[in-house]
Amino acid sequence: MLLDVRDLSLRIGTVGLLDGLSFSVDRGEVLGLVGESGSGKSLTALALTGLAARMGATITAGSVVFDGTDLVGLKESAYRRLRGKRIGFITQNPMSALDALVTIGDQVDQVSRLHLGLSKRAARAHTVEILSRLRIPEAEVVARAYPHNLSGGMKQRVVIAMALAADPDLIIADEPTTALDVTVQAQIVMMLADLVRKRDLGLILITHDMSVVAQICDKVCVLYAGRVAESGPVRQIFAAPRHPYTEALIGCIPRDGMAPGSLRGIPGTVAAVSQYGADCCRFAPRCCRADALCSTQQPLPVATGTGGMLACHHPVDTPVTEAADADDR
Amino acid sequence: MQMTADAVPVLELDGLVRTFTTGGGLLRKGRSMTAVSDVSLRVAAGDIVGVVGESGCGKSTLARLAMRLIDPSAGRVLFEGRDVTQDHGARLRPLRKKLQMVFQDPYSSLDPRFTLRECLLEPFAALGETAPPGRVEALLDQVGLDRSFAGAYPHQLSGGQRQRVGIARALAYRPEVVVLDEPTASLDVSIQAQIIALLQELHRTSGLTYLFISHDLGLVRYFCTRIVVMYLGSVVEEMADPDAAPRHPYTAALMGSSFVPDPTERAQIVPLEGEIPSPFALPPGCPFAPRCPRVQDRCRTSRPALTQTTGASKVACFNPVEA
Repeated sequence: MLLDVRDLSLRIGTVGLLDGLSFSVDRGEVLGLVGESGSGKSLTALALTGLAARMGATITAGSVVFDGTDLVGLKESAYRRLRGKRIGFITQNPMSALDALVTIGDQVDQVSRLHLGLSKRAARAHTVEILSRLRIPEAEVVARAYPHNLSGGMKQRVVIAMALAADPDLIIADEPTTALDVTVQAQIVMMLADLVRKRDLGLILITHDMSVVAQICDKVCVLYAGRVAESGPVRQIFAAPRHPYTEALIGCIPRDGMAPGSLRGIPGTVAAVSQYGADCCRFAPRCCRADALCSTQQPLPVATGTGGMLACHHPVDTPVTEAADADDR
Repeated sequence: MQMTADAVPVLELDGLVRTFTTGGGLLRKGRSMTAVSDVSLRVAAGDIVGVVGESGCGKSTLARLAMRLIDPSAGRVLFEGRDVTQDHGARLRPLRKKLQMVFQDPYSSLDPRFTLRECLLEPFAALGETAPPGRVEALLDQVGLDRSFAGAYPHQLSGGQRQRVGIARALAYRPEVVVLDEPTASLDVSIQAQIIALLQELHRTSGLTYLFISHDLGLVRYFCTRIVVMYLGSVVEEMADPDAAPRHPYTAALMGSSFVPDPTERAQIVPLEGEIPSPFALPPGCPFAPRCPRVQDRCRTSRPALTQTTGASKVACFNPVEA
């Protein structure tokens, strides 16, 4: 396994933000990390890249095993040799990820000069090759351009090129297409997935959009308020979601032939971190299947038959009446 | 509600054009671009008209023209049959009560120093009027916010709650038409669905008419009763039936680029190549020609007009997709 995260917990001050996360990605695999804003997706990405400590966060339990080495407790100097070199990172907003005063070529060159020790000339050749592989027309010309000369879609390709420049083994992409137009989003997402499979890399795709997950991911891990609600193979999860939250997230996307009024959304919002309960299901206040048990006892993640996990007292495929019985006991 | 042929539409846009000029100075001529080029649209009472397109297609400019927030370079805006194109300032005030807008970003469209009560009373204060007693509470009820929020400030609310306030403020005067400029674009999908459900509910209970601006064709097809597709300032297709198959290759491409939340339907995705050309250097002929998979020679030299296909649907294409 390329990356194996087990029971990862993290806190800032006295507030526990991530609570026992487990998931894994192998080479050639795309893992979708899904959830609403405030579910802990981006913080997980920061924890994996060793950047969470800079926000004052401490990993309190668990392990992050990357290619056989546990990264928890790794020194900053050691992390620096990993970040950008073996773990590439693609940020949400290409407009702020690029330096406005440095040419595209110089920005991408920096990565391969630093991590691969290439000469100036070799680095540029490498950059042009990556840019053209990302289907940027006239890559030599674009390399001499500044970020403001490029469209949003082009800039996001450049950010992807920077993540690829040092030939990483794992790429973490944090909502890489949220800032882009629909037609461009489709291009970029398909290209990224294709690239990962061809070069046998691992990809963690962070998104709040279940339709993106359905289209490109192999596995999905659904987060809610810092905990894993459900995980498993994409086909399995979409064919038969078992956590009410997963089912509701899929139901939030309008589809052809949907009757007017059938799109309901999920009532309420993710609880603020300060209101996180410990011994309860954090989704309970918004859940249509919740009962007294859900607000007094945390549903512990249980391995499912398909290699995934489920943390729910009353999964979708159990009758609601049974749930009501459980609450009498 | 179906519009009969002779009924006066509540909102009518007639041949609207808007050009913008940038740069330039004493010695240098500025460059000009046409953000909206000859757009006509009739919105009947009770309609939900969706205007869909990518960034830069002119949909937000069209919304601002319809709202009379900016002046058109040519064309007319008619409200309930009356030409309001020449009205400005005080003469527009009666229109403001009937035509309201919900903005895209609920973070920047609410004053951070106003409580929700002040925010909802502002439309009345702006026109020098006093709100009827209980109006704030009624508005909060209408958009599904607890009355206790009246004293809260925007920073205490989530994005979805803020957008509910944005909607409540637009409803303050019981308008007839509400222009919705990407009201869910900055929200999570789960919250987007909540807001759409609320807008549907308000449409049903208050008999509102919507002009809904969006980049999301899937959402527009679900929510709207009629769809207008824009590309680089022009209408390329008008669909009287939102469930109809697209005729314009661009609409077809938009639909092909939308991700379906079903892993068993992966093969159907056909991403559109290339990007939107710069509006400062529009290609001659059809603006979509450089990206079009069905392009013919004449598309590059002459521009197809918007022509009727079946029923009230129209398409601007020499070689449309077969129905």
